[in-house]
Amino acid sequence: MNWISNYVRPRINSIFSRREVPENLWKKCDECGTMLFHRELSENLNVCTSCGHHMALTPRARFEALFDGGVFVEVDVPEPVTDPLHFKDQKKYPDRMKSAQKNTGEKESMLVAEGEIGRTPIIAAGQDFSFMGGSMGMYVGNAIIAAAERAVELKRPLILFSAAGGARMQEGILSLMQMPRTTVAVQMLKEAGLPYIVVLTHPTTGGVTASYAMLGDVQIAEPNALICFAGPRVIEQTIREKLPEGFQRAEYLLDHGMLDRVTPRGDMRDELITIVRMLMGQSPAIKGDLPAPAPQTAPAEEAAKE
Amino acid sequence: MTNYLDFEKPLAEIEGKAEELRALARQNEEMDVEAEAAALDKKADELLRELYRTLTPWRKCQVARHPERPHCKDYIDALFTEYTPLAGDRNFADDHAVMGGLARFNDRPVVVIGHEKGNDTKSRIERNFGMARPEGYRKAIRLMELADKFGLPIVTLVDTPGAYPGKGAEERGQSEAIARSTEKCLQVGVPIVSVIIGEGGSGGAVAFATANKVAMLENSVYSVISPEGCASILWKDAEKMREAAEALRLTADDLKGLGVVDRIISEPMGGAHRDRATTVANVGTAIEAMLQDLSKKKGDRLVAERRKKFLDMGSKGLAA
Repeated sequence: MNWISNYVRPRINSIFSRREVPENLWKKCDECGTMLFHRELSENLNVCTSCGHHMALTPRARFEALFDGGVFVEVDVPEPVTDPLHFKDQKKYPDRMKSAQKNTGEKESMLVAEGEIGRTPIIAAGQDFSFMGGSMGMYVGNAIIAAAERAVELKRPLILFSAAGGARMQEGILSLMQMPRTTVAVQMLKEAGLPYIVVLTHPTTGGVTASYAMLGDVQIAEPNALICFAGPRVIEQTIREKLPEGFQRAEYLLDHGMLDRVTPRGDMRDELITIVRMLMGQSPAIKGDLPAPAPQTAPAEEAAKE
Repeated sequence: MTNYLDFEKPLAEIEGKAEELRALARQNEEMDVEAEAAALDKKADELLRELYRTLTPWRKCQVARHPERPHCKDYIDALFTEYTPLAGDRNFADDHAVMGGLARFNDRPVVVIGHEKGNDTKSRIERNFGMARPEGYRKAIRLMELADKFGLPIVTLVDTPGAYPGKGAEERGQSEAIARSTEKCLQVGVPIVSVIIGEGGSGGAVAFATANKVAMLENSVYSVISPEGCASILWKDAEKMREAAEALRLTADDLKGLGVVDRIISEPMGGAHRDRATTVANVGTAIEAMLQDLSKKKGDRLVAERRKKFLDMGSKGLAA
């Protein structure tokens, strides 16, 4: 109990008493500890209004802010075999899946969508760290392949937002096989001459970094995102020495030549529009908050006409 | 002296007794111990068969890591002629955890690439226990490009605990190097055949094993994470590696069932290290067969088939 839960919350609850009130009105910044009001925080794309720290953002929330008018159409992802290895640790894999689905309201750890950003048709794929650590299994492989195929079909760029602890251990070797599998998807885009932009968000590690997340034509990261193959704890245990400040963070990688850019979340949309339109040979961007595309020109038809 | 694994202790005792008896007989010529020693040999042989008939996944990991198991260098020395090592990534260094170069395999020129763990303290340190740094993967990429340019088949020998988790390795782009190596495997218009000869450790292995044909020695393992690593994450207890090894399905049989591995190469009774020459010869036979299977295929077909193989992988799980 603290002063906020004792004093502020009851007051706020009384103000909104006649309406459905979300469970957590206040969220504490993981970095500076400032209490942030939930609406202000989500309007700022989960970036702390006090210190600029980038907190996790689900793909759905990200896409709502990314696409014009918040409108996008989900791309179907083929369902993989459930629990291919009949994996059991302390819990059964299907039980872990069920609880992740219940907690997140999502089916799996990647969301693929098509729509327009600044009137620029794109395909976007977003990885959801809140769903079993965003881990890469057969579904993520299927999602990236579906995203690449759709991009090739509609001749659109693919923008991928990565966030994952790595491979999904519960799918054993099949999760490892998503490294070559997703690399084939990246090759499909390359051969079609379509841009593949990777936005690395906190954290992107392990087999995900060592495959599709490092193969973009342009590599952009969010500030302070942890991006690595082996995590800092594993390295400290191996080499038995303390790691330097900021090691494996986005800015450190930028300094070491591993990234093109580090861009704050608030500027990301405009930057993506600018880059994608140049790579696609399109006229300069229309930015700002745009309404949803007019319904009569459904994105798919428009691309087909081109 | 044989290097026994923990589960081979009873065997070590019997074989030790037989050895002791014979040593006594050598000192004392009147003693005739041969009958007794032979009986012990027979008992040891039975026990060995019994132990290896039902190796658990964790025991297979131990056999796969056995210090006397033939390593990459042993295969290259025995199976390849005119081996000409080619070094360096042209950017930073030459990684000794990865060996490779031009060689002839049954007379045909090839490019051979593999992880080398080393076989004594000095060489193990020099080879970094077979854990490659970015330079190793970048050297491999360079060699694959060479093979592609001159139309030479590529043979890779996989034996690594994983890519090296170090500060410099991370700074120089370990993940990017692995990703590019896997990508290169998928691009080259020449046959790639791969043999998992010991440990196929995670991304560090995939970077070499994204091949048209993948074979695996009977007691090798190939996994997304080491059983110890998996146990410490999912069981919160690294000592649960036996359970983790079981759950991960890292044995040759399971991997063949999942379509990850095309061919299992049998090992002599008691593991590859008990009869290295036979093991090496068996691997040679498998490489020859795999290369022959692919020899008539044109470059674009090899690329297309390799891609399809990996795209289709995992479409069915293990049988219930």
